[in-house]
Amino acid sequence: MSYTGTAHKVGEHIDTDAIIPARFLVTTDTKKLGENCMAGLEEGWVKRVKPGDVMVAGRNFGCGSSREHAPIAILGAGMPVVIAHSFARIFYRNSFNMGLLLLEVGDEVDKIADGDTVEVDAAKGLITNRTTGATITCPPLPASMRELLDKGGLVPYVKERLS
Amino acid sequence: MAHTLAQKILQAHTDEAITAAGRIVRCRVSLALANDITAPLAIKSFRAMGAKKVFDRDKVALVMDHFTPQKDIDSAQQVKLTREFAREMGITHYYEGGDCGVEHALLPELGLVGPGDVVVGADSHTCTYGGLGAFATGLGSTDVAGAMALGETWFKVPPTIRATFTGALPKWVGAKDLILRLIGEIGVDGALYRALEFDGAAIEALSVEGRMTIANMAIEAGGKVGLFAADAKTLAYTASRGRKDVALAADPGATYERELTFDVSGMEPVVACPHLPENVKPVGEVKGVTLDQVVIGSCTNGRISDMREAAEVLKGRKVAKGVRCIVLPATPGVWKEALKEGLIETFMESGCIVGPATCGPCLGGHMGILADGERAIATTNRNFRGRMGSLESEVYLASPAVAAASAVAGVIAHPGSL
Repeated sequence: MSYTGTAHKVGEHIDTDAIIPARFLVTTDTKKLGENCMAGLEEGWVKRVKPGDVMVAGRNFGCGSSREHAPIAILGAGMPVVIAHSFARIFYRNSFNMGLLLLEVGDEVDKIADGDTVEVDAAKGLITNRTTGATITCPPLPASMRELLDKGGLVPYVKERLS
Repeated sequence: MAHTLAQKILQAHTDEAITAAGRIVRCRVSLALANDITAPLAIKSFRAMGAKKVFDRDKVALVMDHFTPQKDIDSAQQVKLTREFAREMGITHYYEGGDCGVEHALLPELGLVGPGDVVVGADSHTCTYGGLGAFATGLGSTDVAGAMALGETWFKVPPTIRATFTGALPKWVGAKDLILRLIGEIGVDGALYRALEFDGAAIEALSVEGRMTIANMAIEAGGKVGLFAADAKTLAYTASRGRKDVALAADPGATYERELTFDVSGMEPVVACPHLPENVKPVGEVKGVTLDQVVIGSCTNGRISDMREAAEVLKGRKVAKGVRCIVLPATPGVWKEALKEGLIETFMESGCIVGPATCGPCLGGHMGILADGERAIATTNRNFRGRMGSLESEVYLASPAVAAASAVAGVIAHPGSL
């Protein structure tokens, strides 16, 4: 799992109403949700995103509601990974269930500025800021999260249990 | 080992020994819940999992409360899809229409949740049932789909923060003020990944409904659950809903990660200012802030005790000209009781808009959306930017008494100042 893209930096306590406002929750379609990703932060925010880009955030990213539409909207917008100081817990579970990779890096997140090019090597647990040369080492993923990602998310996991 | 409330409940639902916080355990669930926004996604995942039936048709609840009565074609389609799934699976507890209310007010009222239960809901305010002593927490739709299929889910055993409230509550200070004060103190991520456990004389004195108001907002501090011991009041409440429960308390000598004590004596009502629930100030510091809308209702403060508190303030008074005061009793049961007690008449005489049991404006869904530059005070749970409508609007959070007083004054006001 290796990704290179432009960092789109957002602030602290970005809530799920900012990621995908409730008025867009009348669909479960990934593409439609992606078109309105971060519309609660700024209308048209998503226009800056190119497929493969990376979301970078401060503390407690994804706080608020349990809506799984939030990680789906981020994936739908074309961003496969979010790097943050910390994540809210429901969002954390939802993201791995949906196949969105989250990397919790604490204060090290300050080494990435908006617009920097970042390279993420999830297997090595290494983030490289290609713009500045700075590197961030991520703590290893919890075993249960790695197992979920290995199986391809919660849906294949339960499917296997049921068969 | 001595268990906190969270550990004790989880232990009763798993075969693995819980010896410390941090361990991941598989737990049997007592009830799995989803609503009209989250059920369609859960159903999509449930089908993709290849599941053919739910683990127990009496232990799945589907409550159509967010965008209902159906506000537009898309939301109607989502309810229709969920209704058809409920029929196909033979789900007992499917609610839509006249027997439906705001899920976290409805399920306790129907006796579907109680002490010692493990409840997972695809709604972040599922933690409300902690007020009854249930380990109840919000998960995403796919996690809930997994629980609907397997009857179990995994949890990381959380460390617990104990919040003790001492002293006697002054007039006009209630459950909402206590939880806002706590969130103001520890911040919106102060209990991230943690359980909150509440105790103390002020908690013991609170009604079960008040305890649910506090538990409801545990998530606004990032908490996994907000737990209360099940005492004689709890058991009387659940018995009146046809349940037979037993008392439940943390073990003496349980280990807490952090212990906080708050003296409520002499406390003033508080409000949370835009745009985070942690921006908490005594009402006196924000009095005079002008308002366009007041919302009294929601899973936080839409129960009968909240209706009584608001009506006590509104009785014989008028809502200020230019302010829309929207009252949404949270369930048909609350609505009927409010009607019987004359509270609905009080609201109507005061010039309130009394609406159906729905989440409605709390999440900016419908029935009271804010325009650019408009400002509301609400008894709801979140004041994130744009939560109730326009990104250029503002929401203050407060108790029913403060919201009602502010409706009369037309500006944020202390109920004692009218």
